[in-house]
Amino acid sequence: MRLMNSKPSRGMRLALNLLPFVILLIIYTLASDARLLENPSDKLLPSWSSFADAVQRMAFEPSKRTGEYLLWVDSAASLQRLLLGVGISAFIGLIVGVVSGMLPLFRATFSPLVTAISLIPPMAILPILFIVFGLGELSKVMLIIIGICPILIRDLQLRTQSLPKEQLLKAQTLGANSWQIMIRVVLPQVLPPLVSAVRLTLGSAWLFLIAGEAIAATEGLGYRIFLIRRYLAMDVILPYVLWIAVLAFLMDTILRLISKRAFPWYHGRGADAHE
Amino acid sequence: MSKAIIEIKQVWKEYGDHVVLEKLNLNVQAGEFISIVGASGCGKTSLLNMLLGTEKQSRGSILLDGKPMPQEPNATRGIVFQKYSAFPHLNALENVMLGGEFASSPLLGKVFGNERKKLREQALEMLTAVGLADAALRYPSELSGGMQQRLAIAQALIKEPRILLLDEPFGALDPGIRKDMHKLIRELWKKRGLTVFMITHDLSEGFSLGSRVWVLDKPRIDPHQPERFGAQVVYDIDINSEHKLSNSIQSLIEKQQAAKVAV
Repeated sequence: MRLMNSKPSRGMRLALNLLPFVILLIIYTLASDARLLENPSDKLLPSWSSFADAVQRMAFEPSKRTGEYLLWVDSAASLQRLLLGVGISAFIGLIVGVVSGMLPLFRATFSPLVTAISLIPPMAILPILFIVFGLGELSKVMLIIIGICPILIRDLQLRTQSLPKEQLLKAQTLGANSWQIMIRVVLPQVLPPLVSAVRLTLGSAWLFLIAGEAIAATEGLGYRIFLIRRYLAMDVILPYVLWIAVLAFLMDTILRLISKRAFPWYHGRGADAHE
Repeated sequence: MSKAIIEIKQVWKEYGDHVVLEKLNLNVQAGEFISIVGASGCGKTSLLNMLLGTEKQSRGSILLDGKPMPQEPNATRGIVFQKYSAFPHLNALENVMLGGEFASSPLLGKVFGNERKKLREQALEMLTAVGLADAALRYPSELSGGMQQRLAIAQALIKEPRILLLDEPFGALDPGIRKDMHKLIRELWKKRGLTVFMITHDLSEGFSLGSRVWVLDKPRIDPHQPERFGAQVVYDIDINSEHKLSNSIQSLIEKQQAAKVAV
């Protein structure tokens, strides 16, 4: 049988899914053991027990200096910034995208501006944000918004423009005005693409969040990683990185499930099978 | 003679130097079923778009009830396209209710309570009339091609338009289903006194459904400059009168049917 035609069975697929992770863990354990044998105070590849200690210290014991449970404080601060930034971006993206997708006059006015803004690397204007908005929460949320909002706007505008024109004509022959077509025909149909677009931009949102926190913050996952980097504390950094990945995965999964639940017509049988 | 519902006077349609339609002079009485046939690219769709209000004629005038045709689609003219007519995010019932909701709720486009109940009943009645009562709660993506077209028709008719425009409505359907749809559309046309304009590629469909057939073609062709002359209505055939079809038309039909058999 050709290789392209042989498919794994269910159990085999699961085993294959896990295989790379298992191999990575084994390689890490071997390498860590070898280094620690040579130099017991090696910090680069900590042993599993020092990971457990670090997690215990960061997540389940109050910090000696501040009395806070650092992992949870950091997570709450980062998630708040991320959700604010992504939420505001999604809202602006939806409104501006739909309006400029629907109204040629609006599009002619604002589309070039959005394109121009989206070409500016957000990290390059981070100093400006710190100068203008100060070192507080606002500048970090703004960085996320400036980073992902233009992408969302452009995506939503394209989605709106790619609705079949037959639908918009049909709605007009049903007596609808522009506003009614926007809220009853266009808006509901671009919500599922909005969720997909948000899922895709979550990665960039995390990037901007951690960059912002690394430079100016007093708590947050990114702040912590960059703070303890000075002590080569790999036993804390690696669990933090893993935790960020878990959070990102959870957010992606939740969005996917919400979309499936809320828009059955988009994912349903017979539809063009959007995942 | 009753006054014409649509009058087309000396209408030309040009895109730059490209003449698509020329010298159209046609009157349509209320209640006529007009099939528009012709080769692809001969301006059938341009003609329909002018009747819908999405395109403007380059010269001449089109009158609706003696007044200039509105330059935008509105509720006087319903339309059914070949596809994409139904809204995918609404189930069949909601699709049909939408027209009523637009009319009674300018701000939200959505009604609640008793008013909703009333619209629901009307919509169900309409769905029953097109044979979709059982599929009222299904989304368009869960309906077959024929059912989707039934839905599109129900959706258009709920607004009680006086004019119904059909843009190759059955072009994508299987022959058997097409026959059912012919029966349905003929019934609805007679019962509701609609004025129907239907574009079709299928000559025999045009002749069997229409009470009048317009054949669009270019009577003059400049081989060096094909876009110099536009198409006209070269035959305007009243099916109800007992006139025998002219030979050329008959041979046209035979030719098309032969081509079909060959396929």
